[in-house]
Amino acid sequence: MHIHKYEKIWLTFGIGCLVVFLTVVGVSAFAAGQQPPSCLTTIDPEKVDTTPPFDQPGLVKKGENEYELNIVVAAFSFTPNAIEIPKGAKVTINVTSKDVIHGFQIPGTNINMMVEPGYVNSLTATFDEPGEYTILCNEYCGAGHHMMTARIKVVE
Amino acid sequence: MVQPLEKVDRRDAKLALAHLFVAFIALGLGGFAGLLQTLVRSGKFELPGGISYYTILTTHGVLLGLVLTTFFIIGFQFAAVSRTAGAFTDSTRRVGWIGFWLMTIGTAMSAFFILTGQAAVLYTFYAPLQAHAGFYIGLALVVVGSWVSGFAMFAHYARWRKAHRGQASPLLTFMSVTNMALWLICTLGVAATVVFQLIPWSLGLSERVNVLLSRTLFWYFGHPLVYFWLLPAYMVWYAVIPKVIGGKMFSDSLARLAFILFLLFSIPVGFHHQLLEPGISPFWKYVQVVLTFMVIIPSLMTAFSMFATFESYGRSQGAKGLFGWLRKLPWGDARFFAPFVGMLFFIPAGTGGIINASHQLNQVVHNTIWVTGHFHLTVATTVVLTFFGASYWLIPHLTGRVLTKAMNRLAIIQTIVWAVGMTFMSGSMHFAGLLGAPRRSAFSTYGNSPQALEWIPYQIAQAVGGTILFIGIILMLVIVINLAFFAPKGETEFPVAEAAAPQERVVLVFENWKLWIGIVVALILIAYTVPLIDIIQNAPPGSKGYKLW
Repeated sequence: MHIHKYEKIWLTFGIGCLVVFLTVVGVSAFAAGQQPPSCLTTIDPEKVDTTPPFDQPGLVKKGENEYELNIVVAAFSFTPNAIEIPKGAKVTINVTSKDVIHGFQIPGTNINMMVEPGYVNSLTATFDEPGEYTILCNEYCGAGHHMMTARIKVVE
Repeated sequence: MVQPLEKVDRRDAKLALAHLFVAFIALGLGGFAGLLQTLVRSGKFELPGGISYYTILTTHGVLLGLVLTTFFIIGFQFAAVSRTAGAFTDSTRRVGWIGFWLMTIGTAMSAFFILTGQAAVLYTFYAPLQAHAGFYIGLALVVVGSWVSGFAMFAHYARWRKAHRGQASPLLTFMSVTNMALWLICTLGVAATVVFQLIPWSLGLSERVNVLLSRTLFWYFGHPLVYFWLLPAYMVWYAVIPKVIGGKMFSDSLARLAFILFLLFSIPVGFHHQLLEPGISPFWKYVQVVLTFMVIIPSLMTAFSMFATFESYGRSQGAKGLFGWLRKLPWGDARFFAPFVGMLFFIPAGTGGIINASHQLNQVVHNTIWVTGHFHLTVATTVVLTFFGASYWLIPHLTGRVLTKAMNRLAIIQTIVWAVGMTFMSGSMHFAGLLGAPRRSAFSTYGNSPQALEWIPYQIAQAVGGTILFIGIILMLVIVINLAFFAPKGETEFPVAEAAAPQERVVLVFENWKLWIGIVVALILIAYTVPLIDIIQNAPPGSKGYKLW
């Protein structure tokens, strides 16, 4: 099979770009720890209210500047839905769903993950900018999907 | 001496046309649903009579994403196989009709349950949202019908090869068979979740469902689905467009190689739709991201081949300078112009795809309306404009009519309207998505959240774009109805290009299906075995069904 010289150049360039992209993604994922939220912890979706830490959802101080924020998601609400976080805090957000699949997103940040019944999902973020943030559900969950929202206030 | 035109057998033409009619009815209804969605999301309009936004959204996704595409593709491929490998036998054609009716009955059934509000679960139907069992059974019939039609094409191809030992099969037949093989292998996943999980569960035969398993089986199908849409567009680009412009195909063997690469790499990549979900280890996500990037290579090859064809043709017509050949292309011919605009849109569309499949960037855009903007470029512009461009010769070829000058002009206008409408709609979807606006959501300010208020101007731009696109759909339907029923009788060519170097022997290894299917299966096993065992062995308690709409 004959491959034209220009096509060889083009494919070498194209495949070279793909290798560079994959290296960037791979190094930031495995070396720099920028992995997508992939928590493997399971939970009984019908016993969320009695399973720690979701039996007492909310912000918990874990260290000097470290916090855990446990949030229960169900159609069509986040619990708790008004949260205050000190500026500069490093927060590990744990979420789980009591019913269907939901999304957990804070527009204007990189906080974005799927919330699925039976699983806890988790990511860590630092809130450096004071102000009001909106949590919203970005996976279709039923008639009230677009009304599902909560607020985070980052305070000095 | 004038050679008689090579034509699709009249009886095969009827079969192909039946598919195209269903496809264009779906375009009209699904497009209207899309218009309503953009109007609702502008915040200036509410649906009358308590109709739910999500019913309209489900209708739009199912009719355009599944029905329009599948019916058009199978109809087009029946015509392409009959044209290049000869008329079907009576029994094969009958199998094709059985496939058509199964798909049509399945579509009607699912549509009934969607429109009566019993299946507002969107076209991805993620459990544990639970639709009426009839919705899932209808979808299963559509898939089974498409398999039956695929088997008709396989049988015809096998018969051709028996009669032509040692020869490479006609390119369009080879490509159709490759696409149906891809389809058959990937739909096994969605069929497994629908038949073994969702139907028994929605009938009450089983109480609970493994949610992550169902999603994973869906996405095993969900990404190759988009290649099933794209490959027929590539068939038109490789094997038809060179003839339309009066040139030659750049290389027959490279076209086949590209299709085989699609077959190999488009299936084991579903996790790039599941990057942000729990229960799947990040290592396996990365493995599938690597495989996702492999499937970009045949698209790079295709881009080269197309522009090489255009440039060679332009230069053969005496074009000078670096870009002089551009002026020699037949801009006034809608059969070329519509697919060409589709190709141009594939440049940003493909770039967006690379962004979506990259771990860290996906985190920014996942489930935002950016993604909606992305696939309105890929499928709703590149693929759809190519299908429109193919319709301008395919429908009159099948009905024994001709595309008049006036209709050709209307088709050029249609293409421009589509490009403008999509630039507004998809462009503003991309921008709003970067600002965090979610997809699949009715209008909401999220309690006057400052972020959500920023999205409103973009949502108004989407409604403007959606309205322009709906005008484009009306124009398209006018052309289709004209070509089907009113255009002057006459002969229209089904253009099939010849290779630039016909003396070069086509590499026969491409028809070694045992080899290719073997590699596909191996890749799928590598990408999915361990994570699937994990998902099943470490499964949390299953979920009951919820009807939350």
